[in-house]
Amino acid sequence: MRCEEVAALLPELVDTNTRHLSVERHVETCLRCQAELARYRKLLRAMQQLRLHTLEPAPGLIAETLTALAVEGERRAARSALSGRRLAYAGAIGGTAVAAGAATAAVLIARSRTRRLKLAS
Amino acid sequence: MVGDTELVTAAQAGDREAFDELVRRTYSDTFTLARRLTGNEEDARDVTQEAYLRAWRGIGKFRGEAQFSTWLYRITANAANTHLRRRRRLRADPLDEFNDPPEPRREVQPAEVVEAADLLDRVAAAIDMLPEKLRQVVVLRDVYGLSHEAIGEELGISVTAAKVRLHRARRKLHDAVYGPADAGGSESEEGSAHAV
Repeated sequence: MRCEEVAALLPELVDTNTRHLSVERHVETCLRCQAELARYRKLLRAMQQLRLHTLEPAPGLIAETLTALAVEGERRAARSALSGRRLAYAGAIGGTAVAAGAATAAVLIARSRTRRLKLAS
Repeated sequence: MVGDTELVTAAQAGDREAFDELVRRTYSDTFTLARRLTGNEEDARDVTQEAYLRAWRGIGKFRGEAQFSTWLYRITANAANTHLRRRRRLRADPLDEFNDPPEPRREVQPAEVVEAADLLDRVAAAIDMLPEKLRQVVVLRDVYGLSHEAIGEELGISVTAAKVRLHRARRKLHDAVYGPADAGGSESEEGSAHAV
């Protein structure tokens, strides 16, 4: 195996448990590829350490986010109040329609009964 | 001091104060991730805010199977991806030329990578120089330890694509920090290529 072929595989092999025997055999006897592998390992360790290096946000950014959350909360509350009111309106309209329907039906039934009694007499 | 788990439970019940406290505790961490994903402070600020708004809207869906911070990382990764995609689309919009020119972004010069004394600074500067798509994957995988599956889900790409991008990102980082492998690198003891 040539150094170039090994170099192309190192970024992938540096943190996997998969064993690549021909690469291992080459690296064992090649100082240049050993150095390359060591660099990749160092690079990976440095990136893992970066996780612990927290960057400080500019002052005021937390307050900005908390304000945005408060606005979002108000919007949500307004929306749910509006939808609650809409539900109440819809219920009232529905109830009125049902009552009106029932009243009309009662009048029609009463009229038809009166007509039938007149015909019978 | 109230623990994060109690705060999450309270926030899930609608307690905004509890959620605000979670924001205060995790803000620097979330901002750092956003900064590393976007490569600049201005985008990081927008992404961090968007991530917390999404987290507040979705707090009820958090089941506690993973840590709250990991859940937040995934939301931040997704928010950063949406933000960067939207910005790429806007840049490609031909009508953009009629608008004000965008603020010039501070780009890290390759010389800065070499000049930075500390390896961590060199790596951080080299990450900033990576193309967005490669930077997102390498930050999520190598810095924050997310799985390829989680990265694929949050960035909307396949696991194979995530692995390919990671491979390319590591190679580019290696070349930026140590010089291209073919040139022998600044620390190599021997130069000649040979076959075994």
